[in-house]
Amino acid sequence: MSSRRSRVSEEEINELISKLQSLLPEARRRGGGRASAAKLLKETCNYIRSLNREVDDLSGRLSALMATVDNNSAEAEIIRSLLRS
Amino acid sequence: MESKSYTTGSRDNANRNLEGSKTLMASHFLRALFRIQQTSTTRSSFAGRRRRIRRAAYASMAYSAGTRRAWSRALLRKLRSRARLRFPRRLSRAARPQRGDTDQAQVLRKLVPGGPGMDYCKLLEETADYIRCLTTQVRLMQTVMDSISS
Repeated sequence: MSSRRSRVSEEEINELISKLQSLLPEARRRGGGRASAAKLLKETCNYIRSLNREVDDLSGRLSALMATVDNNSAEAEIIRSLLRS
Repeated sequence: MESKSYTTGSRDNANRNLEGSKTLMASHFLRALFRIQQTSTTRSSFAGRRRRIRRAAYASMAYSAGTRRAWSRALLRKLRSRARLRFPRRLSRAARPQRGDTDQAQVLRKLVPGGPGMDYCKLLEETADYIRCLTTQVRLMQTVMDSISS
């Protein structure tokens, strides 16, 4: 592992890690200062898992919504969404 | 109703790429939703529709990044093989690290498509892009939800 790292500098790794930190939502950043790489990776993993849960949850809610909407109005809503984005 | 924007607001190159593929993601996902709506009958199950929507979500992520990224290439392969899409939501017992820093990298490899094939540096780069894409997809789904339910 360390022999591989000598090809990529420590600095580059740190930069990549801090870029990851900036992608985490505020609450997961362990408040200011330098979190250890391990803590950051752990928070990153937790964040990805929570995003997967959100996709699942939103899929369920969309599924329920689509059941209550008749074909004609769903079509209109979807097209409206598309125009708004 | 004010429309929600799902820009990340950052200035770097990676996000400029994302701005362009964001439209691709939205149109792919919306078209898929439309197809699902059209082919759903009163007898379609809630769970079946949910599965299709979930698959459409990951598909539109993968198509928006295309072959530019290792994670999207891996995801496209998975989608084309029509294998069941498994994305961990909980920390599995097997993944709990026993000791040291490097074990978190192993856990991360299981979460990012194509992870197992990547060295540490590549893994960090791909993870950043994957997270950006995931958050964009989630915001897209929230926007669609709001639009349909208003």
